[in-house]
Amino acid sequence: MFIRLVAAILLVVSVTPVAADARSDAKTQVAFGIAVAQRGLWREAIYRWERAVQIDPTYAQALNNLAIAYEHEGDLEKARMAYEKALELEPNNALIKQNYELFKEINDRTTPKDAPDPDPDPDPDPTP
Amino acid sequence: MPRIQIRIRTRTRLLSSLAAILLIAGCTDYYEIPIETPIKPKLDVSPFQRVLVAGFLAGGTDDVDGNLETTRLLRSQLRTKSELRVIDTDVLPLMEDAAGESATEPGSVKDEPASEPKRDARAEPRGDGPQAATPDKSPTIKEAKDLEPFEHIFADVEYWKKIGEEYQNPLIVTGTVMFTPHARSGIVQREEEVYDSFGRRRVVPVRTYQERKGYILQPKFIFIDGRTGTVMHSENFREEVLYNASQSTPALSSYFELMDRLIPSFLSTLSSQRIKGTRILLQ
Repeated sequence: MFIRLVAAILLVVSVTPVAADARSDAKTQVAFGIAVAQRGLWREAIYRWERAVQIDPTYAQALNNLAIAYEHEGDLEKARMAYEKALELEPNNALIKQNYELFKEINDRTTPKDAPDPDPDPDPDPTP
Repeated sequence: MPRIQIRIRTRTRLLSSLAAILLIAGCTDYYEIPIETPIKPKLDVSPFQRVLVAGFLAGGTDDVDGNLETTRLLRSQLRTKSELRVIDTDVLPLMEDAAGESATEPGSVKDEPASEPKRDARAEPRGDGPQAATPDKSPTIKEAKDLEPFEHIFADVEYWKKIGEEYQNPLIVTGTVMFTPHARSGIVQREEEVYDSFGRRRVVPVRTYQERKGYILQPKFIFIDGRTGTVMHSENFREEVLYNASQSTPALSSYFELMDRLIPSFLSTLSSQRIKGTRILLQ
Protein backbone atom coordinates (compact mmCIF):
# COMPACT_ATOMS: atom_id res chain seq x y z
CA MET A 1 0.00 0.00 0.00
CA PHE A 2 2.75 2.39 0.99
CA ILE A 3 4.73 1.53 -2.12
CA ARG A 4 1.70 2.21 -4.30
CA LEU A 5 1.18 5.55 -2.64
CA VAL A 6 4.80 6.51 -3.14
CA ALA A 7 4.64 5.39 -6.76
CA ALA A 8 1.52 7.48 -7.34
CA ILE A 9 3.11 10.54 -5.78
CA LEU A 10 6.27 10.05 -7.84
CA LEU A 11 4.16 9.73 -10.99
CA VAL A 12 2.27 12.95 -10.27
CA VAL A 13 5.45 14.78 -9.38
CA SER A 14 7.21 13.59 -12.53
CA VAL A 15 4.28 14.28 -14.92
CA THR A 16 3.43 17.79 -13.68
CA PRO A 17 6.66 19.48 -14.79
CA VAL A 18 6.45 17.66 -18.13
CA ALA A 19 2.94 19.06 -18.71
CA ALA A 20 4.08 22.50 -17.62
CA ASP A 21 7.09 22.26 -19.92
CA ALA A 22 4.89 21.16 -22.81
CA ARG A 23 2.61 24.18 -22.36
CA SER A 24 5.60 26.45 -22.03
CA ASP A 25 7.15 25.08 -25.24
CA ALA A 26 3.81 25.33 -27.02
CA LYS A 27 3.45 28.93 -25.84
CA THR A 28 6.79 29.80 -27.37
CA GLN A 29 5.63 28.35 -30.69
CA VAL A 30 2.32 30.22 -30.46
CA ALA A 31 4.04 33.53 -29.70
CA PHE A 32 6.38 33.05 -32.66
CA GLY A 33 3.41 32.15 -34.85
CA ILE A 34 1.61 35.35 -33.87
CA ALA A 35 4.69 37.42 -34.63
CA VAL A 36 5.07 35.96 -38.13
CA ALA A 37 1.33 36.06 -38.88
CA GLN A 38 1.37 39.77 -38.08
CA ARG A 39 4.02 40.12 -40.78
CA GLY A 40 1.88 38.21 -43.26
CA LEU A 41 3.88 34.96 -43.11
CA TRP A 42 0.88 32.72 -42.67
CA ARG A 43 2.53 29.47 -43.84
CA GLU A 44 5.20 29.83 -41.20
CA ALA A 45 2.51 30.68 -38.63
CA ILE A 46 0.62 27.51 -39.55
CA TYR A 47 3.79 25.47 -39.07
CA ARG A 48 4.36 27.03 -35.63
CA TRP A 49 0.79 26.58 -34.44
CA GLU A 50 0.67 23.01 -35.72
CA ARG A 51 3.83 22.35 -33.70
CA ALA A 52 2.21 23.95 -30.67
CA VAL A 53 -0.82 21.68 -30.99
CA GLN A 54 1.44 18.64 -31.40
CA ILE A 55 3.32 19.58 -28.23
CA ASP A 56 0.17 20.36 -26.26
CA PRO A 57 -3.04 19.05 -27.85
CA THR A 58 -5.13 20.72 -25.11
CA TYR A 59 -3.95 24.22 -25.99
CA ALA A 60 -7.21 25.82 -27.19
CA GLN A 61 -5.59 29.15 -28.06
CA ALA A 62 -3.16 27.44 -30.45
CA LEU A 63 -6.07 25.66 -32.13
CA ASN A 64 -7.95 28.96 -32.42
CA ASN A 65 -4.97 30.57 -34.14
CA LEU A 66 -4.52 27.57 -36.38
CA ALA A 67 -8.19 27.80 -37.40
CA ILE A 68 -7.73 31.47 -38.31
CA ALA A 69 -4.67 30.63 -40.41
CA TYR A 70 -6.52 27.84 -42.22
CA GLU A 71 -9.34 30.29 -42.87
CA HIS A 72 -6.89 32.76 -44.34
CA GLU A 73 -5.51 30.02 -46.59
CA GLY A 74 -9.00 29.06 -47.73
CA ASP A 75 -8.93 25.63 -46.12
CA LEU A 76 -12.35 25.99 -44.57
CA GLU A 77 -12.86 22.36 -43.58
CA LYS A 78 -9.64 22.27 -41.57
CA ALA A 79 -10.55 25.65 -40.06
CA ARG A 80 -13.91 24.34 -38.94
CA MET A 81 -12.36 21.30 -37.30
CA ALA A 82 -9.76 23.40 -35.47
CA TYR A 83 -12.38 25.88 -34.21
CA GLU A 84 -14.60 23.07 -33.01
CA LYS A 85 -11.72 21.39 -31.19
CA ALA A 86 -10.76 24.71 -29.57
CA LEU A 87 -14.34 25.25 -28.41
CA GLU A 88 -14.52 21.70 -27.13
CA LEU A 89 -11.52 22.48 -24.93
CA GLU A 90 -12.73 25.93 -23.90
CA PRO A 91 -16.48 26.15 -24.49
CA ASN A 92 -16.81 29.44 -22.61
CA ASN A 93 -14.04 31.32 -24.35
CA ALA A 94 -15.88 34.33 -25.80
CA LEU A 95 -13.10 35.26 -28.21
CA ILE A 96 -12.92 31.79 -29.77
CA LYS A 97 -16.71 31.78 -30.00
CA GLN A 98 -16.67 35.16 -31.73
CA ASN A 99 -14.07 33.98 -34.27
CA TYR A 100 -16.09 30.82 -34.92
CA GLU A 101 -19.30 32.77 -35.49
CA LEU A 102 -17.57 35.01 -38.04
CA PHE A 103 -16.09 31.95 -39.71
CA LYS A 104 -19.47 30.23 -39.91
CA GLU A 105 -20.96 33.26 -41.64
CA ILE A 106 -18.41 32.88 -44.44
CA ASN A 107 -18.55 29.11 -44.50
CA ASP A 108 -22.33 29.17 -44.96
CA ARG A 109 -21.92 31.29 -48.07
CA THR A 110 -19.76 28.70 -49.74
CA THR A 111 -22.24 25.89 -49.31
CA PRO A 112 -25.00 26.07 -51.93
CA LYS A 113 -28.32 26.81 -50.35
CA ASP A 114 -31.58 25.88 -51.96
CA ALA A 115 -34.16 28.20 -50.53
CA PRO A 116 -37.16 26.22 -49.38
CA ASP A 117 -40.61 27.28 -50.46
CA PRO A 118 -41.47 29.66 -47.70
CA ASP A 119 -44.84 30.29 -46.20
CA PRO A 120 -46.16 33.27 -48.17
CA ASP A 121 -47.32 34.98 -45.01
CA PRO A 122 -45.64 33.48 -41.97
CA ASP A 123 -46.83 36.18 -39.57
CA PRO A 124 -50.45 35.70 -38.71
CA ASP A 125 -52.46 38.87 -38.98
CA PRO A 126 -52.98 39.94 -35.43
CA THR A 127 -56.10 41.68 -34.37
CA PRO A 128 -55.28 45.30 -33.75
CA MET B 1 -5.87 42.22 17.80
CA PRO B 2 -9.03 42.69 15.71
CA ARG B 3 -7.27 45.55 13.89
CA ILE B 4 -4.42 43.18 12.91
CA GLN B 5 -6.97 40.60 11.71
CA ILE B 6 -8.72 43.21 9.57
CA ARG B 7 -5.39 44.33 8.13
CA ILE B 8 -4.45 40.73 7.28
CA ARG B 9 -7.87 40.11 5.74
CA THR B 10 -7.64 43.29 3.66
CA ARG B 11 -4.15 42.40 2.48
CA THR B 12 -5.31 38.90 1.55
CA ARG B 13 -8.24 40.31 -0.41
CA LEU B 14 -5.98 42.79 -2.17
CA LEU B 15 -3.51 40.09 -3.10
CA SER B 16 -6.20 37.72 -4.31
CA SER B 17 -7.86 40.39 -6.47
CA LEU B 18 -4.46 41.36 -7.85
CA ALA B 19 -3.82 37.72 -8.66
CA ALA B 20 -7.22 37.48 -10.34
CA ILE B 21 -6.48 40.56 -12.47
CA LEU B 22 -3.08 39.18 -13.43
CA LEU B 23 -4.65 35.82 -14.23
CA ILE B 24 -7.32 37.38 -16.43
CA ALA B 25 -4.76 39.61 -18.14
CA GLY B 26 -2.52 36.62 -18.65
CA CYS B 27 -5.35 34.54 -20.09
CA THR B 28 -6.58 37.21 -22.46
CA ASP B 29 -3.44 38.02 -24.42
CA TYR B 30 -5.03 38.71 -27.76
CA TYR B 31 -4.17 40.37 -31.04
CA GLU B 32 -6.66 41.52 -33.63
CA ILE B 33 -5.53 40.57 -37.12
CA PRO B 34 -7.00 41.27 -40.55
CA ILE B 35 -7.58 38.23 -42.73
CA GLU B 36 -8.77 37.62 -46.28
CA THR B 37 -10.60 34.37 -46.78
CA PRO B 38 -10.44 33.10 -50.36
CA ILE B 39 -13.66 31.44 -51.44
CA LYS B 40 -13.38 28.92 -54.21
CA PRO B 41 -16.09 29.07 -56.89
CA LYS B 42 -18.81 26.45 -56.54
CA LEU B 43 -18.53 25.63 -60.22
CA ASP B 44 -15.42 24.73 -62.16
CA VAL B 45 -15.62 27.24 -64.98
CA SER B 46 -12.07 26.69 -66.22
CA PRO B 47 -13.24 25.01 -69.47
CA PHE B 48 -15.05 28.23 -70.44
CA GLN B 49 -13.68 31.49 -71.71
CA ARG B 50 -17.04 33.10 -72.33
CA VAL B 51 -20.33 33.41 -70.51
CA LEU B 52 -23.73 34.03 -72.05
CA VAL B 53 -26.46 35.36 -69.78
CA ALA B 54 -29.17 34.13 -72.10
CA GLY B 55 -32.36 35.35 -70.45
CA PHE B 56 -34.90 34.30 -67.87
CA LEU B 57 -38.44 33.10 -67.56
CA ALA B 58 -39.86 35.95 -65.54
CA GLY B 59 -43.11 36.85 -63.88
CA GLY B 60 -44.77 38.75 -61.10
CA THR B 61 -45.32 42.48 -61.20
CA ASP B 62 -45.65 44.25 -64.54
CA ASP B 63 -43.64 47.19 -63.20
CA VAL B 64 -40.31 45.43 -63.67
CA ASP B 65 -39.26 43.35 -66.66
CA GLY B 66 -37.56 40.59 -64.67
CA ASN B 67 -36.05 39.00 -67.75
CA LEU B 68 -34.46 42.14 -69.12
CA GLU B 69 -33.35 43.68 -65.82
CA THR B 70 -31.85 40.46 -64.49
CA THR B 71 -29.98 39.82 -67.71
CA ARG B 72 -28.60 43.35 -67.78
CA LEU B 73 -27.60 43.29 -64.13
CA LEU B 74 -25.88 39.91 -64.25
CA ARG B 75 -24.01 40.80 -67.42
CA SER B 76 -22.70 44.02 -65.91
CA GLN B 77 -21.69 42.25 -62.68
CA LEU B 78 -19.93 39.46 -64.56
CA ARG B 79 -18.15 41.97 -66.78
CA THR B 80 -16.45 43.58 -63.80
CA LYS B 81 -16.23 40.75 -61.29
CA SER B 82 -15.43 37.61 -63.25
CA GLU B 83 -12.66 36.58 -65.57
CA LEU B 84 -15.07 35.21 -68.15
CA ARG B 85 -15.76 37.28 -71.24
CA VAL B 86 -19.40 38.34 -71.30
CA ILE B 87 -21.24 37.84 -74.60
CA ASP B 88 -23.32 40.85 -75.49
CA THR B 89 -26.36 39.84 -77.45
CA ASP B 90 -30.12 40.14 -77.48
CA VAL B 91 -31.95 38.57 -74.59
CA LEU B 92 -33.52 35.25 -75.57
CA PRO B 93 -37.33 35.25 -75.59
CA LEU B 94 -37.33 32.14 -73.43
CA MET B 95 -41.03 32.31 -72.66
CA GLU B 96 -41.96 32.32 -76.34
CA ASP B 97 -39.45 29.58 -77.07
CA ALA B 98 -40.79 27.45 -74.25
CA ALA B 99 -44.38 28.14 -75.31
CA GLY B 100 -43.45 27.14 -78.86
CA GLU B 101 -42.13 23.86 -77.56
CA SER B 102 -45.26 23.30 -75.50
CA ALA B 103 -47.35 23.72 -78.63
CA THR B 104 -45.44 20.93 -80.36
CA GLU B 105 -45.80 18.64 -77.38
CA PRO B 106 -46.30 15.90 -76.43
CA GLY B 107 -43.14 14.06 -77.18
CA SER B 108 -41.98 16.16 -80.07
CA VAL B 109 -39.51 18.27 -78.12
CA LYS B 110 -36.67 15.84 -78.39
CA ASP B 111 -37.52 14.22 -81.72
CA GLU B 112 -38.01 17.37 -83.73
CA PRO B 113 -35.47 20.13 -84.04
CA ALA B 114 -37.62 22.18 -81.71
CA SER B 115 -35.21 25.04 -81.63
CA GLU B 116 -35.53 25.83 -85.33
CA PRO B 117 -38.56 28.09 -85.13
CA LYS B 118 -37.15 29.65 -81.97
CA ARG B 119 -33.92 30.52 -83.68
CA ASP B 120 -35.93 32.20 -86.42
CA ALA B 121 -37.81 34.09 -83.79
CA ARG B 122 -34.56 35.31 -82.29
CA ALA B 123 -33.28 36.31 -85.70
CA GLU B 124 -36.19 38.65 -86.21
CA PRO B 125 -35.36 42.31 -85.82
CA ARG B 126 -36.51 43.31 -82.39
CA GLY B 127 -36.69 47.05 -81.91
CA ASP B 128 -33.82 48.62 -80.06
CA GLY B 129 -31.28 46.46 -78.27
CA PRO B 130 -32.04 43.73 -75.82
CA GLN B 131 -35.77 44.45 -75.38
CA ALA B 132 -36.67 40.84 -76.01
CA ALA B 133 -40.09 39.38 -75.51
CA THR B 134 -43.03 41.31 -76.87
CA PRO B 135 -45.37 41.77 -73.92
CA ASP B 136 -48.57 41.05 -75.86
CA LYS B 137 -47.24 37.60 -76.78
CA SER B 138 -46.08 36.74 -73.25
CA PRO B 139 -48.46 34.78 -71.09
CA THR B 140 -49.42 36.27 -67.73
CA ILE B 141 -47.21 34.90 -65.00
CA LYS B 142 -48.34 35.99 -61.57
CA GLU B 143 -47.16 33.15 -59.37
CA ALA B 144 -44.22 30.75 -59.34
CA LYS B 145 -46.47 27.86 -60.33
CA ASP B 146 -47.43 29.70 -63.53
CA LEU B 147 -43.83 29.28 -64.64
CA GLU B 148 -43.85 25.51 -64.26
CA PRO B 149 -45.31 24.73 -67.73
CA PHE B 150 -42.37 26.58 -69.29
CA GLU B 151 -39.54 25.22 -67.17
CA HIS B 152 -39.06 22.15 -69.35
CA ILE B 153 -36.99 24.38 -71.63
CA PHE B 154 -34.07 24.14 -69.22
CA ALA B 155 -33.90 20.39 -69.74
CA ASP B 156 -33.96 20.71 -73.53
CA VAL B 157 -30.39 19.69 -74.25
CA GLU B 158 -30.68 20.22 -78.01
CA TYR B 159 -31.97 23.75 -77.59
CA TRP B 160 -29.07 24.80 -75.37
CA LYS B 161 -26.52 22.90 -77.41
CA LYS B 162 -27.54 24.86 -80.50
CA ILE B 163 -27.24 28.13 -78.63
CA GLY B 164 -23.87 26.96 -77.33
CA GLU B 165 -22.67 26.22 -80.87
CA GLU B 166 -23.84 29.63 -82.04
CA TYR B 167 -21.81 31.42 -79.35
CA GLN B 168 -18.71 29.18 -79.36
CA ASN B 169 -19.57 26.95 -76.42
CA PRO B 170 -19.89 29.41 -73.59
CA LEU B 171 -21.15 28.85 -70.08
CA ILE B 172 -24.85 29.72 -70.29
CA VAL B 173 -26.64 31.41 -67.41
CA THR B 174 -30.41 31.28 -67.42
CA GLY B 175 -33.26 30.47 -65.02
CA THR B 176 -36.43 31.96 -63.63
CA VAL B 177 -37.18 35.23 -61.85
CA MET B 178 -40.33 35.91 -59.88
CA PHE B 179 -40.70 39.44 -58.56
CA THR B 180 -44.02 39.78 -56.82
CA PRO B 181 -45.66 42.48 -54.73
CA HIS B 182 -46.30 41.49 -51.17
CA ALA B 183 -48.23 42.99 -48.27
CA ARG B 184 -48.14 41.96 -44.66
CA SER B 185 -49.72 43.51 -41.62
CA GLY B 186 -48.67 42.78 -38.11
CA ILE B 187 -47.07 43.91 -34.92
CA VAL B 188 -43.70 45.53 -35.42
CA GLN B 189 -41.28 46.77 -32.82
CA ARG B 190 -39.78 50.21 -33.13
CA GLU B 191 -37.86 52.45 -30.78
CA GLU B 192 -39.45 55.59 -29.39
CA GLU B 193 -37.97 58.48 -27.43
CA VAL B 194 -39.63 59.23 -24.09
CA TYR B 195 -38.85 61.86 -21.46
CA ASP B 196 -39.49 61.28 -17.79
CA SER B 197 -40.63 63.89 -15.24
CA PHE B 198 -37.01 65.06 -14.82
CA GLY B 199 -36.66 65.64 -18.57
CA ARG B 200 -34.33 62.69 -19.02
CA ARG B 201 -34.44 61.10 -22.46
CA ARG B 202 -34.94 57.38 -22.81
CA VAL B 203 -35.40 55.13 -25.82
CA VAL B 204 -37.99 52.43 -25.29
CA PRO B 205 -39.16 49.68 -27.61
CA VAL B 206 -42.78 50.14 -28.65
CA ARG B 207 -44.81 47.44 -30.34
CA THR B 208 -47.34 48.76 -32.81
CA TYR B 209 -49.62 47.34 -35.44
CA GLN B 210 -48.46 48.33 -38.89
CA GLU B 211 -49.51 47.68 -42.44
CA ARG B 212 -46.52 46.99 -44.61
CA LYS B 213 -46.03 46.31 -48.27
CA GLY B 214 -43.06 45.39 -50.40
CA TYR B 215 -41.77 42.77 -52.76
CA ILE B 216 -40.51 39.21 -52.86
CA LEU B 217 -37.75 38.27 -55.27
CA GLN B 218 -37.35 34.57 -56.07
CA PRO B 219 -34.72 33.88 -58.70
CA LYS B 220 -33.46 30.49 -59.74
CA PHE B 221 -30.13 30.62 -61.52
CA ILE B 222 -29.38 27.74 -63.86
CA PHE B 223 -25.90 27.18 -65.28
CA ILE B 224 -25.76 25.23 -68.53
CA ASP B 225 -22.72 23.81 -70.27
CA GLY B 226 -22.86 25.32 -73.77
CA ARG B 227 -20.84 22.39 -75.16
CA THR B 228 -23.28 19.70 -74.13
CA GLY B 229 -26.48 21.61 -73.39
CA THR B 230 -26.78 20.02 -69.96
CA VAL B 231 -27.49 21.71 -66.67
CA MET B 232 -24.33 21.93 -64.53
CA HIS B 233 -25.74 23.63 -61.47
CA SER B 234 -28.83 25.45 -60.27
CA GLU B 235 -29.52 27.55 -57.23
CA ASN B 236 -32.67 29.02 -55.71
CA PHE B 237 -32.81 32.24 -53.77
CA ARG B 238 -35.49 34.16 -51.95
CA GLU B 239 -35.33 37.68 -50.61
CA GLU B 240 -38.08 40.01 -49.48
CA VAL B 241 -38.40 43.60 -48.41
CA LEU B 242 -41.25 45.33 -46.61
CA TYR B 243 -41.84 49.03 -46.17
CA ASN B 244 -44.36 51.04 -44.24
CA ALA B 245 -47.56 51.09 -46.32
CA SER B 246 -47.48 54.89 -46.46
CA GLN B 247 -44.01 54.85 -47.99
CA SER B 248 -43.91 54.84 -51.76
CA THR B 249 -40.96 52.86 -53.11
CA PRO B 250 -40.62 52.24 -56.85
CA ALA B 251 -40.69 48.59 -57.82
CA LEU B 252 -37.44 48.86 -59.76
CA SER B 253 -35.61 50.27 -56.77
CA SER B 254 -36.86 47.37 -54.59
CA TYR B 255 -35.78 44.94 -57.29
CA PHE B 256 -32.22 46.30 -57.23
CA GLU B 257 -32.19 46.37 -53.44
CA LEU B 258 -33.07 42.68 -53.34
CA MET B 259 -30.73 41.71 -56.17
CA ASP B 260 -27.89 43.47 -54.35
CA ARG B 261 -28.27 40.93 -51.55
CA LEU B 262 -28.06 37.99 -53.95
CA ILE B 263 -25.28 39.09 -56.24
CA PRO B 264 -22.37 38.00 -53.98
CA SER B 265 -23.79 34.47 -53.79
CA PHE B 266 -24.38 34.41 -57.53
CA LEU B 267 -20.83 35.57 -58.23
CA SER B 268 -19.32 33.09 -55.79
CA THR B 269 -20.70 30.31 -58.01
CA LEU B 270 -18.54 31.42 -60.90
CA SER B 271 -15.51 33.21 -59.60
CA SER B 272 -13.28 33.08 -56.58
CA GLN B 273 -13.80 35.82 -54.05
CA ARG B 274 -11.78 37.15 -51.14
CA ILE B 275 -13.75 38.07 -48.07
CA LYS B 276 -12.07 40.55 -45.77
CA GLY B 277 -12.52 40.35 -42.03
CA THR B 278 -10.74 40.44 -38.70
CA ARG B 279 -10.10 37.69 -36.19
CA ILE B 280 -8.55 37.48 -32.74
CA LEU B 281 -5.31 35.59 -32.27
CA LEU B 282 -4.82 34.28 -28.75
CA GLN B 283 -1.73 33.48 -26.75
